[in-house]
Amino acid sequence: MEALSYSIPISLLLGAIGLAAFFWALRNRQFDDPKGDAERILSDEWDDYPKP
Amino acid sequence: MTVQPASGFTPEPRDEGRAQISACPACIAAPSAERLAGGGDIKDARIMLSLPTAHCAVCITDVERELARAPGVRSARVNLTLRRVSVDAEPGTDPADLIARLDRIGYEAHELDAGLLSATEADRQSRDILMRIAVAGFAMMNIMLLSIAVWSGAEDATRDLFHWISAAIALPTVVFAGKPFFVSAFNALKGGRLGMDVPISLAIILASGISVYETAHSGHHAYFDAAVMLTFFLLVGRYLDYRTRAMARSAAEELAALEVPRATRLAETGEETVPVSELRPGDLIRVRPGGRIPADGQITEGETEIDRALITGESLPVAVAPGAALSAGEVNLTGPLVLRVTAAGRDSSLHRMADLVAAAESARNRYTSLAERAARAYSPLVHLMALGAFGVWLQISGGDIRLAVNIAATVLIITCPCALGLAVPAVVTAASGKLFRAGLLVKDGTALERLAEVDCVVFDKTGTLTLGTPEPQNLGDLSRAELEVAAALGAGSAHPLAQALAGAARAAGVVPARVEDLREVPGHGIEGRWRGQVVRLGRAEWIGAEAGDVTATHLRIGPGAPRSIRFADSLRPGAAEAVAALAAQKKRVLLVSGDVPGAVADLAGRLGISEWHAGVLPAEKAALVADLGAAGHRVLMVGDGLNDTAALVGAHVSISPASALDAARTASDIVLLGRDIAPVAEALRIARVTRRRIKQNFAISAVYNVIAVPIALVGLATPLWAALAMSASSVSVSLNSLRLR
Repeated sequence: MEALSYSIPISLLLGAIGLAAFFWALRNRQFDDPKGDAERILSDEWDDYPKP
Repeated sequence: MTVQPASGFTPEPRDEGRAQISACPACIAAPSAERLAGGGDIKDARIMLSLPTAHCAVCITDVERELARAPGVRSARVNLTLRRVSVDAEPGTDPADLIARLDRIGYEAHELDAGLLSATEADRQSRDILMRIAVAGFAMMNIMLLSIAVWSGAEDATRDLFHWISAAIALPTVVFAGKPFFVSAFNALKGGRLGMDVPISLAIILASGISVYETAHSGHHAYFDAAVMLTFFLLVGRYLDYRTRAMARSAAEELAALEVPRATRLAETGEETVPVSELRPGDLIRVRPGGRIPADGQITEGETEIDRALITGESLPVAVAPGAALSAGEVNLTGPLVLRVTAAGRDSSLHRMADLVAAAESARNRYTSLAERAARAYSPLVHLMALGAFGVWLQISGGDIRLAVNIAATVLIITCPCALGLAVPAVVTAASGKLFRAGLLVKDGTALERLAEVDCVVFDKTGTLTLGTPEPQNLGDLSRAELEVAAALGAGSAHPLAQALAGAARAAGVVPARVEDLREVPGHGIEGRWRGQVVRLGRAEWIGAEAGDVTATHLRIGPGAPRSIRFADSLRPGAAEAVAALAAQKKRVLLVSGDVPGAVADLAGRLGISEWHAGVLPAEKAALVADLGAAGHRVLMVGDGLNDTAALVGAHVSISPASALDAARTASDIVLLGRDIAPVAEALRIARVTRRRIKQNFAISAVYNVIAVPIALVGLATPLWAALAMSASSVSVSLNSLRLR
């Protein structure tokens, strides 16, 4: 049963990290243009150097 | 994307800006003007362009690269989902230049009135719901893991520990994620109503409360998983519902934003382009041929013909001369005009129609949706049942309040409308998506349900069943030489009849004759010289012919007798199919128009509509629709003009084409996006299937309740049971919704 005292907090922490990542993505407008983002990756315009 | 400066700014420039804005009252009414007035600090000119043809990665890079090269443009970003590009530019950058640039590289672009697009507000709300769903989903999974351990036999201290951890996760989640339901339930109670949200809130609160109590007393059953799961499923339903409406709204807003209202004002310093909202009575404005009249006014200079189709439904252009009064929304056809504005904005005749609309609107609000009807029957029943269970178990157990409250809470949890919350939004989302692909935009949540009840369809003529573009009818009567002259004259004028004539002649393979000295006489017609003879094409009075009651233009070669060329409106594609399909569905079809009897009878004959009314005034149209409604008919009104607006609002449900006036589009529940009108009949079929699916969903959740409620009432329902019933009913309802064909 001692395993529980590690595993439960660890699983909660991992879940919370995932939740925090989702919050971050939402706030950073990552879901504003899903179709555009899917297409942008196909463009090779900024492959050699990053967009200034 | 706020207009106000960032918080680091000193407050002075902002206050100054505000003072300027309030000095100009029109700017308050025009958000885009405020944006311009508030420019100069950080975000000056944000130009929004709509890109209907963009669809791939190449489009994105092409458009962004081309716009970045334009002078004054700081950055441009394409949003492919919305098919828009947002351009951050220096003040004074002309959108028309950018549109021309994009046009050169092959992309169609239209300017959008950024002030009308409240996308940021909608974004914020949808992100808010998404965040609550994410929290509820995270909590639900963790609690479920702990619950499975309890269900599979954890005991004593372990069980209590698991319950306490669940409580620590569930309570904050319920407070945060359940807030929309609590707020809405509170508002319903304050208004003396029992909506769907009251039993939901009660179940969530009771389940959490009883679980905390049980946990504190080392009880066997805790319902934290049920409380959180309930919140999660209901939030998903709410989100679907919200997204359907938000998408329809943003598309409808885009249609409205496409008409950037501008007028050319004649000032002492010359011509200037101003927003229509800044026009004042007494201003002089110039209206070019082909332009829409921006405000009510009186002609001071110029003769022309006016197309009133959108205002009155007349398909025949009207000749006007200085002194004539014009109203906003009419289209100037041939000659340039100078108008003195008599009423602008809210006072113009466009807005006076609002009274008629307001009167019709009260009838519309009486509709109760299927979901409301279900909630009305369901809420009291559930509360009575829970209360009954509480009372009976209090009697049986001899005053064991803990047991009685436990059972009452289980009844509430099990009957909680998890599936009911998904039943309507899931189907409506599926159906709206299907209709959108068919070219129909559903603007109103209950429009589909209302559409399913329709048994009578009223069509407007001009612009709805017809395209408002004329087609010559009797070209065969003319000799080859006459045709050649007519084609040459027609090509020289911008008048729609002349253009139609020239187009038809070209299609028939007629080579235009050599006509010299072409001269357009505004308001009358076009004149030229052919083989030494004067040739004229134009209005009957000018040519010396007799005017009939059908749309016609007249041709005269030298001293010869005038020849009449009759026109009929060209049918909108799919009009015949739509009418035939509606007749096959046994619907009563009516044609009601403000046009002259000749033209209406002709169209009714061509489409096989036996009931038609001509020369109908806007108020009479609304009255006709209201009478049909009073006689027990459920009327679908399809119309596009300002004269249809009151009828559109008064009808049980209404559809208007995208080419309609803004006012008509706003008044209707569904907008037809393409040119083809055939999807109207298909929409009726989909609506009926939709209603059937909604009812099936209600039946499915009722079946689950009929099985689960007796179990809960006799006190045998465990948290495991509640969780199973809830997820099974939600999943089956969602799957049933996806079956929609």
